[in-house]
Amino acid sequence: MISSVSRVLLPIVLALVVGGLILLALGKDPLAYYDYVLQRGLFNWSGFQQTVIRSSPLLLIASGLIVAFRAGIWNLGVDGQFLLAAVASAALAPVLILSLPSWLTIVICCVVSILAAMAWSLVPAFLKIRYGLNEIITTLMMTFLGISFANVLVKLPFNDPNNSVPQTMTLPVADRLGRLFDTTIHSGIIIALAAVFAVHFVMTRTAFGLRLQIVGANPRAAKHAGLSVGRLTYATFALSAGLVGLGGAAEILGVWGTMRADWNPAYGLLVVPLVFLARFNGIAVIGFTLFFAILMIGGESASRRLGVPNFYVLVLVALLLIFLALVEYLDHLSRQRKKA
Amino acid sequence: MNPAAEQAPAVSLHAITKRFPGVLANDDISLAFHAGEVHALLGENGAGKSTLIGILAGMQQPDGGHIEIAGARVRIGSPRESLRLRIGTVFQHVLLVNSLTVIENLMLGGAWWRKHDRKSALGRFHEISQLLGVEIDPDVPVGRLSLGQQQQVEIIRALWHGGNVLVLDEPTSMLTPQGVEELGGVMRRLRDQGVAIIFVTHKLREAYAFGDRISVLRHGRLVGDIPPARLSAMAEEEATDEIIRLMFRGEGEADSADADILVREGHDKRARVEFDSSAGAAIMLNNIVTRAEPGECALDDISFSVKPGEVFGIAGVDGNGQKHLAEVLAGQRPALSGSIEVNGKPADQDGVPARRRLGVRYITDERLGEGTVAGHSVATNLMLKEIGAPPYWQGGVTLWQRIFSHARQIIETHDIRTPSEHTQLGRLSGGNIQKVLLAREISADSSVVIFNKPTYGLDLQNTRLARERIITAAEQGIAIIVISTELDELLELCDRVGVMFGGELSGIVDNHGNAETQIGRLMTGAKAA
Repeated sequence: MISSVSRVLLPIVLALVVGGLILLALGKDPLAYYDYVLQRGLFNWSGFQQTVIRSSPLLLIASGLIVAFRAGIWNLGVDGQFLLAAVASAALAPVLILSLPSWLTIVICCVVSILAAMAWSLVPAFLKIRYGLNEIITTLMMTFLGISFANVLVKLPFNDPNNSVPQTMTLPVADRLGRLFDTTIHSGIIIALAAVFAVHFVMTRTAFGLRLQIVGANPRAAKHAGLSVGRLTYATFALSAGLVGLGGAAEILGVWGTMRADWNPAYGLLVVPLVFLARFNGIAVIGFTLFFAILMIGGESASRRLGVPNFYVLVLVALLLIFLALVEYLDHLSRQRKKA
Repeated sequence: MNPAAEQAPAVSLHAITKRFPGVLANDDISLAFHAGEVHALLGENGAGKSTLIGILAGMQQPDGGHIEIAGARVRIGSPRESLRLRIGTVFQHVLLVNSLTVIENLMLGGAWWRKHDRKSALGRFHEISQLLGVEIDPDVPVGRLSLGQQQQVEIIRALWHGGNVLVLDEPTSMLTPQGVEELGGVMRRLRDQGVAIIFVTHKLREAYAFGDRISVLRHGRLVGDIPPARLSAMAEEEATDEIIRLMFRGEGEADSADADILVREGHDKRARVEFDSSAGAAIMLNNIVTRAEPGECALDDISFSVKPGEVFGIAGVDGNGQKHLAEVLAGQRPALSGSIEVNGKPADQDGVPARRRLGVRYITDERLGEGTVAGHSVATNLMLKEIGAPPYWQGGVTLWQRIFSHARQIIETHDIRTPSEHTQLGRLSGGNIQKVLLAREISADSSVVIFNKPTYGLDLQNTRLARERIITAAEQGIAIIVISTELDELLELCDRVGVMFGGELSGIVDNHGNAETQIGRLMTGAKAA
């Protein structure tokens, strides 16, 4: 049997090693690459700040995924929910700020973004509860629609005519989410950490969380026990999408101030493997998100410097998933052999 | 009596051993099955019968030993190979496509590149029907046949490619008493045609009635064998004693109580304190109707009432509305029309939580399917229907320490065998899972308890415990409703037995005298006289 620590670390190490071999095959020095990633993503002050900033949307998405996955709902429509929430904030904030104080603007934008993401999850929730349609398929379909719809919104109704590139109007830097001390890190990271801890508490220490888990683990048992499966499923979708939506709002209100057409960071599917790696544990997911953010930020500059394609990070993610599955499988086998 | 038995056996097993994680399912079993013989394989649940059948059907590979067919060593690597070797298996649960007709079901599994040859299939169908002495319309969708007829279709399919050996795994569990008789006739006719029949059962009486030879399995071992010559010389009582001796040889007193269950076979009602027949009804149903859903049998105008301390049985072949009835009683399924009163209070609109507050408890037959959450702890499962209630939750916050210590106490008082309260429930044995359910549902504030197939899949010891639990609950003044397909069980426990057929209550029978025959007739849909 493999200890729980190595069960988590082994896939990471294997992914890095095999990723390094691929770099070697491309004629690049893997050690130099990884060294550069660490230097730029972690040990360099501005790089570190970038990493933390990048972590906040990832953490909010992760907390949304944990709620859903623990309740047995496979919400894979994160990107659509995220972008529509971002559009809501990007369209609303520059208008509201003209008449409202900035704190109120931010609060209203967050609420509207959350509602927008929730609304987008309503369709798969309804289809699942009413007709038993698999939410993996419906949320994925809704995410494609959501991405396109977000583009339409940016290019048509919310387009800023004074700008040559299609994008929404811009929220002035001074009115965005507050900075922490004298860093460039915006306070979204505090919101994100609070969300992760809250989700962890709710799922492990409350009756509501236990009900969600029962519905997820065995909906028939939940019905047998008198839980209203439909209502709890709606709640799961709403909570999950709402947290993702908050991530979209924080990214616009904290980092960009505007939304460009065709902007889609596609964080959603990148976070899914991290959440699995953390075994849906809210505390563990913080570490993995940080690791991943370092890889993203450091990887961006490292690829520029060393001429490695930028999407090499995606190769690492893919390897991580493969080795995660492999280690799980081997562990499962050895457990079975031990029992026999 | 049986000259065929002198020849080489149709199939023989030699030192078959099969291990599963944690259990030795088959331990060095050697058996010979002869042509022209009904060979009853007797053993309680978990004795290793199903594993042995699985090996013969090619679904599992033995870890040790080998199989010979007509004296030649063979390897049965897949179900297809098993059929090729002319071994036909009929499993306990019907494996037919409901929406296809009988003949279409039989033609399934033909080579995909070949056109269906309906004409020759029909010829084969009539040939085997005649052999079995059954009459089934080949163009009727299987879903419209009775379970007994569906089983006959399965037997036809098992013999489709010219079966030499027919394996029947617990074939009587889904049948009415009349259906069981009919099956006996079919087995005798096939035997006379020279087919080797392996008849797997856990019912002693059936083994004696239908078997030419009886082999007894226990804890994965072959513990005894009564050859035809000896068996035919024995009277029923003598044979019973012999088999019980085989099944419980060298065991202590606990097992003699288990043997009691086997022998009793429900011929007399167990003695217990009489209930007060002048009391008001604890639960009363009036003209209950439920919505029919595809594949389910809905309720049609069900009315009955049960008094405190009374045990009311629901008999009937599985799938005649019992599930809907249990769910309506528990508040899990709404009634389309009709009314329900619990202790004199109307409870039509109540869901599960409100029904529970009135003292209604439901012990489902699907212990893992809906009764429990396998991946969660024993402690959580004990609390499954009380999530959010004080004192284990306060303001919605879980007080795990209280839940765990409560669970430790329950585990102790109910003798639940589990490593700890944190153990995943799915790792417990069937008997212990049933104990968890019983502990959760029967408490001081229960007033009506519904048991759905309370001993289904349990071994003798746990069967006895569960039945005793029902008796004690009744003696405490709880109104009990027992839904069961085992007629013996109902005759042993109940004061009255209602019989369900096609979603209706075809009659209610007082449990004395010739109750068994009356119930048997009602199970086939005949109305009460």
